[in-house]
Amino acid sequence: MQDLSRADLAEQVIPSLQEIQERLGYIPREAITWLADKLHLSEQEIYGVASFYNNFRFTPPGKHHLRICLGTACHVQGGDRLLAATSEKLGIKPGDTTSDGRYSLERVACVGCCALAPAVVLDDVVHGRTTQRSLKRLLDSIDREDRKAKKSEGGSQ
Amino acid sequence: MNPGIESEQSILEIRVCRGTGCESARANQLLEALNKEVADKGLEDKVRIKTIGCHGFCEQGPVITVEPEGLFYCKVDEKDIKEIVESHIIGGKPVERLFYTEPATGEIISKYEDIPFYKGQKKVVLRNCGEIDPGSIDEYIEKGGYDGLKKALLEMKPEQVINQVLKSGLRGRGGAGFPTGLKWKFGRGSKSDKKYVICNADEGDPGAFMDGAILVADPHAVLEGLIAAAYSIGADEGFVYVRHEYPQAVDSIKKAIIDSRKRGFLGKDILGSGFSFDLSVKEGAGAFVCGEETALMTSIEGNRGTPRPRPPFPTDSGLWGKPTCINNVKTLATIPIILRKGAEWFASIGTEKSKGTAIFSLTGKVKNTGLVEVPMGTTLRHIIFNVGGGIQGDAKFKAVQTGGPSGGCLPADKLDLPVDYDSLTQAGTIMGSGGMIVMDETTCMVDVARYFLSFTQAESCGKCTPCRMGTLEMLRILDKIKSGNGEEGDIEKLQEIAITVKEGSLCGLGQTAPNPVLTTIRYFRDEYEAHIRDKFCPAEVCKALIKYVVVPEKCIGCGACLRICPANAITGKKNEVHVISDELCIKCGACFEVCPPKASAIDKIPAHHGGGH
Repeated sequence: MQDLSRADLAEQVIPSLQEIQERLGYIPREAITWLADKLHLSEQEIYGVASFYNNFRFTPPGKHHLRICLGTACHVQGGDRLLAATSEKLGIKPGDTTSDGRYSLERVACVGCCALAPAVVLDDVVHGRTTQRSLKRLLDSIDREDRKAKKSEGGSQ
Repeated sequence: MNPGIESEQSILEIRVCRGTGCESARANQLLEALNKEVADKGLEDKVRIKTIGCHGFCEQGPVITVEPEGLFYCKVDEKDIKEIVESHIIGGKPVERLFYTEPATGEIISKYEDIPFYKGQKKVVLRNCGEIDPGSIDEYIEKGGYDGLKKALLEMKPEQVINQVLKSGLRGRGGAGFPTGLKWKFGRGSKSDKKYVICNADEGDPGAFMDGAILVADPHAVLEGLIAAAYSIGADEGFVYVRHEYPQAVDSIKKAIIDSRKRGFLGKDILGSGFSFDLSVKEGAGAFVCGEETALMTSIEGNRGTPRPRPPFPTDSGLWGKPTCINNVKTLATIPIILRKGAEWFASIGTEKSKGTAIFSLTGKVKNTGLVEVPMGTTLRHIIFNVGGGIQGDAKFKAVQTGGPSGGCLPADKLDLPVDYDSLTQAGTIMGSGGMIVMDETTCMVDVARYFLSFTQAESCGKCTPCRMGTLEMLRILDKIKSGNGEEGDIEKLQEIAITVKEGSLCGLGQTAPNPVLTTIRYFRDEYEAHIRDKFCPAEVCKALIKYVVVPEKCIGCGACLRICPANAITGKKNEVHVISDELCIKCGACFEVCPPKASAIDKIPAHHGGGH
């Protein structure tokens, strides 16, 4: 890294942060220190960049990551009401993770599924034409699967 | 004629759309089921299954087309696959129940070219979308792909290419409408040992998906355009800056780059022309402002994506201080066909000042949502009512929004406005990148204005005070109005701050952020006044001004509302009338949605009118 210019090193910041988040699901404090050291930049510089961009999170995501799209088409079709209901149901605000670590909830600006609005993204799978009922069913099915997995895990031990 | 395999030697091509819309409707499962069914029946030699990018008619997704007849199956379910294979592929009898039914006439239409949604369009830039397998460079080449580039590189000087683009009249499709050829000319004219080209695929505009769809459906067209741009201005390095929120688009363009390099369209001495150029992909990290060209470059350099003043323009001093030419995805995707068919041909489409076609993602309360391309100058009415099929549930049209957070809302009396850069600007909105959101009487215009402003306020990078503080102050006033605490003078205050924000901001974000507020005041002032004076939301959207109640005479006590209510605000025994607690209700409308239509016992009423309005 020594022979790289400061500009070359700076260019690495965002791709590196993206890779860290890809692997860990978030940007831990230690990763910023590590990256600052590696790229010969200050921690402030790294955090300054990281905190500017919406995609980076600094707390671990839940086991299931639910993103509710609030693009314009989704807003017009009731995406904000879906978010309000889900936020109430999970007992967390957008951006937070439930205390049992099972769900994290996020609002997202647009996932490009506007034609089938409102859209939600659960664990990277996009679901279009979401209704209050279909979203409840989706979450209920995840709950059931998790319970089943837990049970079989308990049984095999 | 028997279109099945019984007829001699006809190989059917089954195309499965995997655009974002169809994918969200589980197109991947369809594809799996189709592959399995074809393999199980040993039909691999008789049919060819191919995946395509966005076919356009997302509303009808998942979509499957069968070629060469051009048959169109819509809303296909995994369960339908067996029948398609057995009846259509083996038996030669297409599955009629999966054909499209035109709602207006009840007519069943088998071919997509006969469906009004497609008939009302002119596919120029989107010609390959839904036609070719985006993962196959060969299919792109078969359709004449890279021919334009060959011509440019081997037969034309850079200046001639620029002249061709200038003559075509192509204007930037990112929204601002700057003449593309002129931008290239400036890039060419800048003297430097190093120049860059960038494809701006940071489609941050919420409610728009055109650029993402093109990258997924026809990535080589974008590459071909970008390589031609690089040749024209004399750049040897380029970037595609694409939204991280579009994983499909990222994969698609990355694969296209690899394939293109293998065929010698990228790299050293391209096609033996002596011209060398290569490029890489940069993923955005979720900042709307990075769609602005100077902020985008700052972001590639690895910094907080804040814009900087222009001049100097990027064509003089851009990425790392070097001359840089930035073009939108659609602009670049238009270049190959201009090179191939000529500037005159392209300029014959459209209006005097806006040449070619306009691409929109048509969404909102319109029947036929999807990806749409029409000649410039087409009226809004044609797009919304002919292509779009009118308003969902035959409700009343209220407004159409173009230009995203930088644009505005136009009312019904502007429906005959031709869609081109200048007409839309005159009406107070902008062409924008292609988001077109249709609204009906259930959309509150104050709420829409507030929605956009909350977006731009959150996305303001904070560099310019008028944008940072002005949008926040405007947002506060809108919140006040929406919550029923609006006062006389608030509208004027909004207008006054709007001017400051527009005039005192460096980049397009701040300069245009007030537009949704200004246009809604201009065209829907009465709605603002109803909120302020009567504490009444005509569209029944603003939460503080409505409440949900159970109509006792209608309630059948089924418990559907009680079970879905996330706030436990509903009580009532089975078969008895249910009651909603005003204190606990969060007004998410879940009860309203699930109440069985035969009962329709949940009512939305004005909050301050005690039920009697």
